[in-house]
Amino acid sequence: MTMDVMQLQRKFSEHQSALYREGFLDDQFVQLQKLQDESSPDFVIEVVTMYFDDSENLLNNMARVLEQNPVDFKQVDAHVHQYKGSSASIGAARVKNLCAPFRTYCEAQNLEGCVRCLQQLQHEYSLLKNNLQYLFRLQQEIQAAGGKVPTPE
Amino acid sequence: MARGGSSSSSNPKISALIVEDHRPTSMLHEAILKRNNMETKVVNNGKHAVELHSKGERFDVIFMDYNMPEMNGAQATKKLREMGVRSMIVGVTSCTDFERVEFMAAGLDKCFKKGLTRAMVEEVLQKLKE
Repeated sequence: MTMDVMQLQRKFSEHQSALYREGFLDDQFVQLQKLQDESSPDFVIEVVTMYFDDSENLLNNMARVLEQNPVDFKQVDAHVHQYKGSSASIGAARVKNLCAPFRTYCEAQNLEGCVRCLQQLQHEYSLLKNNLQYLFRLQQEIQAAGGKVPTPE
Repeated sequence: MARGGSSSSSNPKISALIVEDHRPTSMLHEAILKRNNMETKVVNNGKHAVELHSKGERFDVIFMDYNMPEMNGAQATKKLREMGVRSMIVGVTSCTDFERVEFMAAGLDKCFKKGLTRAMVEEVLQKLKE
Protein backbone atom coordinates (compact mmCIF):
# COMPACT_ATOMS: atom_id res chain seq x y z
CA MET A 1 0.00 0.00 0.00
CA THR A 2 1.56 3.30 -1.08
CA MET A 3 1.67 6.37 1.13
CA ASP A 4 -0.50 8.18 -1.41
CA VAL A 5 -3.32 5.65 -1.14
CA MET A 6 -3.07 5.66 2.66
CA GLN A 7 -3.21 9.45 2.69
CA LEU A 8 -6.23 9.41 0.38
CA GLN A 9 -7.95 6.85 2.58
CA ARG A 10 -7.25 8.96 5.67
CA LYS A 11 -8.62 12.10 3.96
CA PHE A 12 -11.70 10.14 2.89
CA SER A 13 -12.35 8.82 6.42
CA GLU A 14 -11.83 12.25 7.98
CA HIS A 15 -14.12 14.00 5.52
CA GLN A 16 -16.77 11.31 5.87
CA SER A 17 -16.66 11.55 9.68
CA ALA A 18 -16.97 15.32 9.48
CA LEU A 19 -20.08 15.05 7.30
CA TYR A 20 -21.73 12.84 9.92
CA ARG A 21 -20.48 14.92 12.86
CA GLU A 22 -21.75 18.17 11.36
CA GLY A 23 -25.14 16.66 10.62
CA PHE A 24 -24.99 16.79 6.83
CA LEU A 25 -25.56 13.02 6.75
CA ASP A 26 -27.34 10.63 9.07
CA ASP A 27 -27.51 6.87 9.56
CA GLN A 28 -29.53 6.41 6.38
CA PHE A 29 -26.40 7.29 4.35
CA VAL A 30 -24.61 4.47 6.15
CA GLN A 31 -27.37 2.14 4.89
CA LEU A 32 -26.64 3.40 1.39
CA GLN A 33 -22.89 2.86 1.73
CA LYS A 34 -23.42 -0.67 3.04
CA LEU A 35 -25.27 -1.55 -0.18
CA GLN A 36 -22.13 -0.80 -2.21
CA ASP A 37 -19.96 -3.83 -2.93
CA GLU A 38 -17.73 -5.34 -5.64
CA SER A 39 -20.78 -6.10 -7.80
CA SER A 40 -22.01 -2.48 -7.55
CA PRO A 41 -18.90 -0.38 -6.77
CA ASP A 42 -20.50 2.91 -7.84
CA PHE A 43 -23.89 2.37 -6.22
CA VAL A 44 -23.63 5.35 -3.87
CA ILE A 45 -22.42 7.72 -6.59
CA GLU A 46 -25.23 6.58 -8.93
CA VAL A 47 -27.98 7.05 -6.34
CA VAL A 48 -26.63 10.37 -5.10
CA THR A 49 -26.14 11.72 -8.63
CA MET A 50 -29.80 10.99 -9.32
CA TYR A 51 -30.63 12.74 -6.05
CA PHE A 52 -28.65 15.80 -7.19
CA ASP A 53 -30.58 15.94 -10.51
CA ASP A 54 -33.84 15.49 -8.67
CA SER A 55 -32.93 18.18 -6.10
CA GLU A 56 -32.14 20.74 -8.76
CA ASN A 57 -35.45 20.05 -10.53
CA LEU A 58 -37.43 20.32 -7.32
CA LEU A 59 -35.68 23.50 -6.13
CA ASN A 60 -36.22 25.12 -9.55
CA ASN A 61 -39.88 24.08 -9.46
CA MET A 62 -40.32 25.57 -5.99
CA ALA A 63 -38.72 28.84 -7.11
CA ARG A 64 -40.87 28.99 -10.23
CA VAL A 65 -44.11 28.42 -8.35
CA LEU A 66 -43.19 30.98 -5.66
CA GLU A 67 -42.67 33.59 -8.38
CA GLN A 68 -46.17 33.14 -9.76
CA ASN A 69 -49.06 35.41 -8.84
CA PRO A 70 -51.07 34.09 -7.09
CA VAL A 71 -48.80 31.48 -5.53
CA ASP A 72 -50.12 27.93 -5.53
CA PHE A 73 -48.96 26.98 -2.00
CA LYS A 74 -50.32 23.43 -2.40
CA GLN A 75 -48.01 22.93 -5.38
CA VAL A 76 -45.03 24.31 -3.43
CA ASP A 77 -45.93 22.01 -0.54
CA ALA A 78 -46.08 19.01 -2.87
CA HIS A 79 -42.54 19.75 -4.11
CA VAL A 80 -41.25 20.23 -0.54
CA HIS A 81 -42.91 17.00 0.58
CA GLN A 82 -41.23 15.13 -2.27
CA TYR A 83 -37.89 16.71 -1.43
CA LYS A 84 -38.25 15.78 2.24
CA GLY A 85 -38.90 12.17 1.30
CA SER A 86 -36.05 11.88 -1.16
CA SER A 87 -33.62 13.58 1.24
CA ALA A 88 -34.69 11.25 4.06
CA SER A 89 -34.18 8.22 1.82
CA ILE A 90 -30.52 8.96 1.17
CA GLY A 91 -29.66 10.41 4.58
CA ALA A 92 -29.34 14.09 3.65
CA ALA A 93 -30.27 15.13 7.19
CA ARG A 94 -29.81 18.90 7.16
CA VAL A 95 -31.71 19.26 3.89
CA LYS A 96 -34.49 16.99 5.17
CA ASN A 97 -34.80 18.96 8.42
CA LEU A 98 -35.36 22.25 6.58
CA CYS A 99 -38.39 20.81 4.79
CA ALA A 100 -40.68 20.56 7.86
CA PRO A 101 -40.70 24.33 8.65
CA PHE A 102 -41.02 25.02 4.93
CA ARG A 103 -44.20 22.88 4.83
CA THR A 104 -45.55 24.81 7.82
CA TYR A 105 -45.11 28.09 5.95
CA CYS A 106 -46.80 26.58 2.89
CA GLU A 107 -49.77 25.57 5.01
CA ALA A 108 -49.94 29.09 6.48
CA GLN A 109 -49.61 30.51 2.95
CA ASN A 110 -46.78 32.69 4.24
CA LEU A 111 -44.88 33.79 1.12
CA GLU A 112 -42.05 35.52 2.96
CA GLY A 113 -41.46 32.46 5.12
CA CYS A 114 -41.53 30.19 2.07
CA VAL A 115 -39.03 32.33 0.17
CA ARG A 116 -36.70 32.39 3.18
CA CYS A 117 -36.95 28.59 3.55
CA LEU A 118 -36.22 28.10 -0.14
CA GLN A 119 -33.08 30.23 0.14
CA GLN A 120 -31.93 28.17 3.15
CA LEU A 121 -32.70 24.95 1.31
CA GLN A 122 -30.74 26.07 -1.77
CA HIS A 123 -27.78 27.00 0.42
CA GLU A 124 -27.89 23.75 2.38
CA TYR A 125 -28.19 21.67 -0.79
CA SER A 126 -25.24 23.48 -2.34
CA LEU A 127 -23.08 22.74 0.72
CA LEU A 128 -24.11 19.07 0.68
CA LYS A 129 -23.43 18.71 -3.03
CA ASN A 130 -19.95 20.26 -2.79
CA ASN A 131 -19.04 18.09 0.19
CA LEU A 132 -20.31 14.86 -1.37
CA GLN A 133 -18.64 15.59 -4.71
CA TYR A 134 -15.33 16.01 -2.85
CA LEU A 135 -15.92 12.70 -1.05
CA PHE A 136 -16.67 10.96 -4.35
CA ARG A 137 -13.53 12.44 -5.96
CA LEU A 138 -11.47 10.95 -3.13
CA GLN A 139 -13.29 7.65 -3.57
CA GLN A 140 -12.49 7.54 -7.27
CA GLU A 141 -8.84 8.42 -6.63
CA ILE A 142 -8.58 5.60 -4.07
CA GLN A 143 -10.19 3.12 -6.48
CA ALA A 144 -7.97 4.28 -9.38
CA ALA A 145 -4.90 3.69 -7.21
CA GLY A 146 -6.13 0.17 -6.45
CA GLY A 147 -6.97 0.93 -2.83
CA LYS A 148 -10.01 -0.03 -0.77
CA VAL A 149 -12.56 2.67 0.04
CA PRO A 150 -12.95 2.91 3.84
CA THR A 151 -16.34 1.74 5.04
CA PRO A 152 -18.29 3.70 7.63
CA GLU A 153 -17.78 2.66 11.27
CA MET B 1 -51.65 -13.72 4.82
CA ALA B 2 -52.29 -14.06 1.08
CA ARG B 3 -49.37 -15.34 -0.95
CA GLY B 4 -48.70 -14.62 -4.58
CA GLY B 5 -46.06 -14.03 -7.19
CA SER B 6 -43.47 -16.52 -5.85
CA SER B 7 -42.01 -19.24 -8.06
CA SER B 8 -42.91 -22.80 -7.16
CA SER B 9 -39.53 -24.04 -5.95
CA SER B 10 -38.62 -25.66 -2.64
CA ASN B 11 -37.55 -22.29 -1.27
CA PRO B 12 -39.45 -19.60 -3.15
CA LYS B 13 -38.28 -16.01 -2.87
CA ILE B 14 -40.54 -13.45 -1.25
CA SER B 15 -41.92 -11.16 -3.96
CA ALA B 16 -42.14 -7.43 -3.38
CA LEU B 17 -43.72 -4.59 -5.33
CA ILE B 18 -42.12 -1.18 -4.79
CA VAL B 19 -44.51 1.68 -5.53
CA GLU B 20 -42.34 4.81 -5.58
CA ASP B 21 -42.06 7.67 -8.07
CA HIS B 22 -38.67 8.93 -6.98
CA ARG B 23 -35.97 7.00 -8.85
CA PRO B 24 -33.09 7.28 -6.30
CA THR B 25 -35.45 6.08 -3.55
CA SER B 26 -36.81 3.15 -5.57
CA MET B 27 -33.22 2.19 -6.50
CA LEU B 28 -32.27 2.20 -2.84
CA HIS B 29 -35.34 0.21 -1.78
CA GLU B 30 -34.77 -2.32 -4.54
CA ALA B 31 -31.14 -2.81 -3.47
CA ILE B 32 -32.14 -3.34 0.19
CA LEU B 33 -34.84 -5.86 -0.74
CA LYS B 34 -32.52 -7.75 -3.09
CA ARG B 35 -29.94 -7.95 -0.29
CA ASN B 36 -32.64 -9.70 1.70
CA ASN B 37 -33.02 -12.17 -1.18
CA MET B 38 -36.38 -10.84 -2.35
CA GLU B 39 -37.72 -10.66 -5.91
CA THR B 40 -38.64 -7.09 -6.78
CA LYS B 41 -40.73 -5.11 -9.24
CA VAL B 42 -40.95 -1.31 -9.32
CA VAL B 43 -43.79 0.92 -10.51
CA ASN B 44 -43.80 4.69 -10.22
CA ASN B 45 -47.31 5.48 -9.07
CA GLY B 46 -50.37 4.02 -7.36
CA LYS B 47 -52.32 3.73 -10.61
CA HIS B 48 -49.72 1.36 -12.09
CA ALA B 49 -49.81 -0.72 -8.91
CA VAL B 50 -53.58 -1.07 -9.23
CA GLU B 51 -53.28 -1.91 -12.96
CA LEU B 52 -50.79 -4.72 -12.22
CA HIS B 53 -53.19 -6.24 -9.71
CA SER B 54 -56.14 -5.83 -12.14
CA LYS B 55 -54.17 -8.02 -14.56
CA GLY B 56 -53.87 -10.68 -11.86
CA GLU B 57 -50.34 -10.07 -10.55
CA ARG B 58 -49.88 -10.63 -6.85
CA PHE B 59 -47.00 -9.99 -4.47
CA ASP B 60 -46.17 -11.14 -0.96
CA VAL B 61 -45.55 -7.56 0.13
CA ILE B 62 -46.08 -4.09 -1.33
CA PHE B 63 -43.90 -1.16 -0.24
CA MET B 64 -46.02 1.91 -0.91
CA ASP B 65 -44.96 5.55 -1.01
CA TYR B 66 -47.60 8.16 -0.11
CA ASN B 67 -46.92 11.18 -2.31
CA MET B 68 -47.13 10.15 -5.98
CA PRO B 69 -48.67 11.62 -9.14
CA GLU B 70 -51.97 10.35 -10.64
CA MET B 71 -52.85 8.16 -7.65
CA ASN B 72 -51.23 8.58 -4.24
CA GLY B 73 -50.39 5.78 -1.82
CA ALA B 74 -53.53 6.10 0.28
CA GLN B 75 -55.80 6.03 -2.79
CA ALA B 76 -53.93 3.04 -4.25
CA THR B 77 -54.02 1.12 -0.95
CA LYS B 78 -57.77 1.74 -0.58
CA LYS B 79 -58.36 0.60 -4.17
CA LEU B 80 -56.26 -2.56 -3.71
CA ARG B 81 -58.16 -3.52 -0.54
CA GLU B 82 -61.48 -2.91 -2.33
CA MET B 83 -60.25 -5.29 -5.06
CA GLY B 84 -59.69 -7.94 -2.38
CA VAL B 85 -55.88 -7.76 -2.37
CA ARG B 86 -54.75 -9.21 0.96
CA SER B 87 -50.98 -8.85 0.48
CA MET B 88 -49.08 -7.11 3.24
CA ILE B 89 -48.96 -3.41 2.33
CA VAL B 90 -46.25 -1.38 4.05
CA GLY B 91 -46.23 2.40 3.77
CA VAL B 92 -42.79 4.04 3.46
CA THR B 93 -43.25 7.76 3.67
CA SER B 94 -42.17 11.12 5.05
CA CYS B 95 -45.75 12.38 5.28
CA THR B 96 -47.19 14.27 8.26
CA ASP B 97 -48.92 12.50 11.17
CA PHE B 98 -52.30 13.52 9.77
CA GLU B 99 -51.47 12.04 6.37
CA ARG B 100 -50.13 8.90 8.09
CA VAL B 101 -53.45 8.39 9.85
CA GLU B 102 -55.22 8.63 6.48
CA PHE B 103 -52.66 6.24 4.99
CA MET B 104 -53.12 3.63 7.74
CA ALA B 105 -56.90 3.96 7.53
CA ALA B 106 -56.71 3.17 3.80
CA GLY B 107 -55.59 -0.35 4.71
CA LEU B 108 -51.87 -0.47 5.46
CA ASP B 109 -50.47 -3.22 7.66
CA LYS B 110 -47.56 -1.06 8.77
CA CYS B 111 -46.14 2.38 8.09
CA PHE B 112 -42.45 3.24 8.23
CA LYS B 113 -40.83 6.64 8.08
CA LYS B 114 -38.48 7.16 5.14
CA GLY B 115 -35.67 6.01 4.77
CA LEU B 116 -36.15 2.32 4.59
CA THR B 117 -33.50 0.28 6.39
CA ARG B 118 -32.51 -3.39 6.39
CA ALA B 119 -33.82 -3.68 9.95
CA MET B 120 -37.29 -2.54 8.80
CA VAL B 121 -37.25 -5.06 5.94
CA GLU B 122 -36.20 -7.83 8.35
CA GLU B 123 -39.15 -6.86 10.55
CA VAL B 124 -41.48 -7.22 7.54
CA LEU B 125 -39.97 -10.59 6.62
CA GLN B 126 -40.46 -11.79 10.20
CA LYS B 127 -44.11 -10.73 10.08
CA LEU B 128 -44.59 -12.56 6.77
CA LYS B 129 -43.32 -15.78 8.33
CA GLU B 130 -45.91 -15.60 11.14
